[in-house]
This record gives sequence, C-alpha cells and structure tokens, in this order.
Amino acid sequence: MDAFTTHTGRAVPLRRSNVDTDQIIPAVWLKQVSRTGFENGLFSAWREDPAFVLNDPAYEGASILVSGPDFGTGSSREHAVWALQQYGFRVVIAARFGDIFRNNSTKMGLLPVVLPADVVERIQAAVEADPAAEVTVDLVERQVRLGDLVADFEIDDYTRWRLTEGLDDIGLTLRHKDDIAEYESGRQGWLPTTV
Amino acid sequence: MQTQSWGAAGTVSISRYFRLIIRDFGVERKEAITIMGRTLAEKVWEKHVVRRAEGEPDLLYIDLHLVHEVTSPQAFDGLRLSGRTVRRPDLTIATEDHNVPTVLGPIADVVSRTQVETLRKNTAEFGIRLHPMGDAGQGVVHIIGPQFGLTQPGMTVVCGDSHTSTHGAFGALAFGIGTSEVEHVLATQTLPAYRPKTMAIEVSGELPVGVTAKDLILAIIAQIGTGGGQGYIVEYRGEAVRRLSMEGRMTVCNMSIEAGARAGMIAPDETTFEYLRGRPHAPTGAAWDEAVEYWKSLRTDDDAEFDKVVHIDASTLTPFVTWGTNPGQGAPIGSAVPSPEDFTDPVQRSAAERALEYMGLAAGTRLRDVEVDTVFVGSCTNGRIEDLRAAADILRGRTVVTRTLIVPGSMQVKRAAEEEGLHEVFKAAGAEWREAGCSMCLGMNPDTLKPGERSASTSNRNFEGRQGKGGRTHLVSPQVAAATAVTGRLTAPADL
Repeated sequence: MDAFTTHTGRAVPLRRSNVDTDQIIPAVWLKQVSRTGFENGLFSAWREDPAFVLNDPAYEGASILVSGPDFGTGSSREHAVWALQQYGFRVVIAARFGDIFRNNSTKMGLLPVVLPADVVERIQAAVEADPAAEVTVDLVERQVRLGDLVADFEIDDYTRWRLTEGLDDIGLTLRHKDDIAEYESGRQGWLPTTV
Repeated sequence: MQTQSWGAAGTVSISRYFRLIIRDFGVERKEAITIMGRTLAEKVWEKHVVRRAEGEPDLLYIDLHLVHEVTSPQAFDGLRLSGRTVRRPDLTIATEDHNVPTVLGPIADVVSRTQVETLRKNTAEFGIRLHPMGDAGQGVVHIIGPQFGLTQPGMTVVCGDSHTSTHGAFGALAFGIGTSEVEHVLATQTLPAYRPKTMAIEVSGELPVGVTAKDLILAIIAQIGTGGGQGYIVEYRGEAVRRLSMEGRMTVCNMSIEAGARAGMIAPDETTFEYLRGRPHAPTGAAWDEAVEYWKSLRTDDDAEFDKVVHIDASTLTPFVTWGTNPGQGAPIGSAVPSPEDFTDPVQRSAAERALEYMGLAAGTRLRDVEVDTVFVGSCTNGRIEDLRAAADILRGRTVVTRTLIVPGSMQVKRAAEEEGLHEVFKAAGAEWREAGCSMCLGMNPDTLKPGERSASTSNRNFEGRQGKGGRTHLVSPQVAAATAVTGRLTAPADL
C-alpha cells in the first residue's frame, strides 16, 4: 500500500446518494482474477450517459470524488476500491460511507473522508462553480482545505498511522503470532472444523 | 420511532448502579466493564479478542472463514506473492456459487470459467475443502454453512461477501469483508477491528398471517434507512423474532447489510438448538451438552445497554415490496408508488426522482398494478427449503403467466425439495426448476434481466442493474413472488 499523507488535486462532484458498489463497479466486471484493469468498469453503466459528471472534460484528471451520502453501500467487493484507484482517485469525500467499503478503502490506501452533509454540499458547489479549484486533503492534520473552507475530519489514530506509513495489516498482525497461538490453545473443544 | 436506550425505562439499570459504586471506590473502569450487563454482540466479541492494546483495534479470532470464487483469487495471489500460507485450512471452506449457471452443463463464459477454475486450483494448493459445481454439498455460501452445522452460536464467521450477516441468525457474529481482509484471515485467522456500537431492533407483537420474515426486514429497512445501521451490530429481539423459524431468522439477518449494519444477530434458543442437532458438524454426546450449556449464556443481559433501540410493531405489518433502487425504498403492497414530493429530505427526494425514472414508474401508481416480466425465487435471502415450500403452496394447482425461475440455494435444498415433490408443483405450474447457485440475485451468471425488464425477486438488492444491465427489480417475499407469477402483477397471496 502506498503511504498517504497529504493530497492536493481537483475534485468531481457526484450529486447522488446511495452510490452502491454495484454502481461503482457492476458485477460483470468482478469475474477477473487479476487486481488490475478495473478502471474501465468504474461507474460503467452511468458513464454511458454523456451528461454523467465523469464525462465532463472539465473534471478530467480529478483525483478527489465528492459524493452524496451513503457512498459504497451494498456488496463487499473490494473491486470498487480498486476501480476508483485505478481510475485515478485518491480520496472520496461523503457524509456517510458503507462500513465494508470504508474498511476496504483504508486497507488499500484510498482515503474515505467523512464530512457533515452541509460541508460536502459546499465543496460540491465550489467545484461546480470552478472545476479547476484545488482541494487539499491533509491526513496528518485531518483537514480538508479549499479556498476559505477549512474542514476538520475524524479518523482514528491507528488507521491514520497505518495510512501515513503505508503499512500492510498482515505484516502487523503476524508480529502477534504468539498471541494467536495462545488464543488457539484455549478455544472450546467442540468448535467445528471443516475437515 | 428511535430512542436512545438506557436500560428499562425510568429505572437506573443494575450495571449503572454498579458503575456508580465502583466509581466511588476508585476502581478502574476496565473492571467495571466486566461487571455491567453485556449485550449478545459484546459477549461474542469479547470471547474472540486475541489481543487488545490501547489505541489499536482489537485483534479478533475468526472461527469460520467461508470462501467463494469471486472475492478470493486476488487474496490467494497475495499469499503467494508474500510467501505466506493459510494458517487454518481446517477452519475454512469454499464453494462455487456466484458464477455458476443454474442449468446443467459447463460454464460457457470463459472469464467465469477461469474464475471458478482458479478457485479449484487455489483450494487444492492451500488444502481447503471445496464444494464444486455438481457436488452434493455445493450451494450458495451462506446456505451451506448453516446446512452443514458449521455455523454455530457464539462463533465469529467471515466471508468475502456482504450477506455473511445471514449467519448471525444463530447468535454468531458474522460479517462481510473485502479481499484484503480475506487474505488477512487466510494468513492469520484473525482480523483487526474496532467493535461497532450496538443497536436493538425490538419487534413486538406477532406477524399477521401471510406476513413473513422478508416483509419484516423490508419494513425495518424502510423505517431506519439504508444508512440506519451503519456502525452498528444489530440484535433483532422481541416476540415476533422469537417466533421465527431458523430460515426466517436467516432471511432477517441476511438483509442487515441493506440497512447498513455489517452484522445482525439473534440470540440462540431452542429453535436454534433443534435446527443444529444432528447436523454433520454439530457437536455430539457430552460435547453437545457442554455446547448447549454455553450457547444458553449467549443472550443479552437484562441490564445491558444498547447504544440505540428501534421499535417495530409486527402486528401492523402487511406484505412489503420495494418500488425504488435501494432496499430502503419499500412500501406495503396495498399502497401506491410514492411521489418525490412526499419526501421532505432533499437527498431522499432526489433519490426518489432518480429511482422512479430508472424503474419506469409513475408516482401514484398502485403497486398492485405494476406488471412484471420475470419472477425469481432463490438467493441467500430466500433460497432455503421453507422458502420453496411457501412458493409451492401458492403455485400448487395454479399456472404462472411470467417467466418464473425457482432456484434452490444449495444442492441439498434441491434434493430435499424434490423428495417432497415440490419440483413437480413448480414444473406443473410452468415455472423453471433450476440447479443451485446465486442465479438472478446478481448479474454474474447467465440468469439475468434484459434492459427494461422488470422482476419480482426474493433476493436482497434492487440496485440499478443488479440483476442485469437496465433491469428493474422489486424485492418481495417468496409468497408474494409466487402470487405475482400467477397474475403477472405484484400480488399478495391473499389477493388470489
């Protein structure tokens, strides 16, 4: 995972709520067994509409997605995160996220930023008025900045540390192998095995 | 109505009483927590904490890891890349479900076939039990766990699939994970996680005749919204929940994720124990008695406090159907398609506008007048034997007027249905009797809707394009699905 400390880029306003992971990447794209090539599947049904915001040349190259509430609900498919990253997004800002999507994002280094709905709305309006406006998402300071707008966001210290260091969760857990072995030795005897 | 819970109304709960005393004596809060009443979710969580450190998520032990072909290939690749192995293949089980066709024969789609073959290669390489297509144990991942008796009360169960919440029906803590976490569980049999808050959904009263577990959960989601459960583990409680069969409880817990909750749980009781008794992986003899003794402790203490409490009166419910493009956009079948103007919240209003446009529905249309092209009975939500019996009871002696797919959730469900002669009922009615798989629940296999086609579906998601690009989905119970197949319009069994 690439480390994430601070990122400055242009932002796309996605004025839709309940952007479920089936919209982010439809199931037909999930048949791939590789980790790459998902950018073409990103919002593939919506992108067929020329009026869809990602088709607006003014937002080409934008790296921050600013969505309505309940972004990433539904399916656990991490392919949704891969598709967003491979398309070029580093950050998604929304008032609420689906729990599994949010979790998957932090495992991959895509930063989910939760801000109050009215602040999200102000950012959307600002980048609609000026698509070239640059937004800074500062994970170290836990702050989003856009012109006069300075909004603090919350993220737990541990996740922030992991993201800013770009650390792999599995490696961290394997440091506690002894704890796992000790736990296993005390498990109830009747618990099932699959063999 | 949503209220914060502080124990029994108007009383100081025992746990708070103890905390007050403890604070006076200067005992650390950590010790106080061990004295106060705990919820079911907290009990199961605490039992699985491998490691707890200040400022870090808990490291949780995972008792059962379910694997399928879609969300695992990149995880196995990750293991190989880093030279890691599967820590506990004996706590892991795999099946093929999302991609499989539900008619006999090989997988025609090359990409789908490659994905299934990749699972076979990976499970063979890492020594994981697999139930492939054609195997008597094959089926939808959330159907086979309970069927084998692998899902038991008090366990932690994960799977790279959001409907893992199904297993919470047994009083297990079960939740969906992404591929990075699948790799993490394969490598370590643990997951780092913060304990979510707890929510009680208290369902009082009794479900009226003809109103099912599916109607109940659709009504709950409509009430609390698709984001209502975000950040919570939900415990379904109350008389109406206690009266549900295990199949019904699985239907309810299955759709917890559609309310945003990663996990839904129901405390185990005699219904749970009876379901488990004699299943291949259930304990036997003295171990059974010991297990039951422990399982009986898995209930929320009377003085425990939930972070949030929601009340539903089951006796007021009627069959429920969705009209929109998220599972929260549902209404009683006797009502009409709402108008966007009915919603005061601007976000909900614009969501309703979009949904009506996508669904091709006009506000004010009676839901009973909505015509469908296809009926689907199946999925991890409603693909169990009880669901098939319910559909068969309605189709017996009647004829369907729409394309109707009846898809058992597993090969064992299929066998059981055939032993009861249900397949003959379906075939006589003109419905298609299929092989086990996820089928039309999601557009990954040949069972899909064409653009503009409309379904009444017992599955769990009515998202845009979920059942095939451009397809329009109305979520319903198996009973409503079957009645709809008979008339071609959204129909409650009582209408026939």
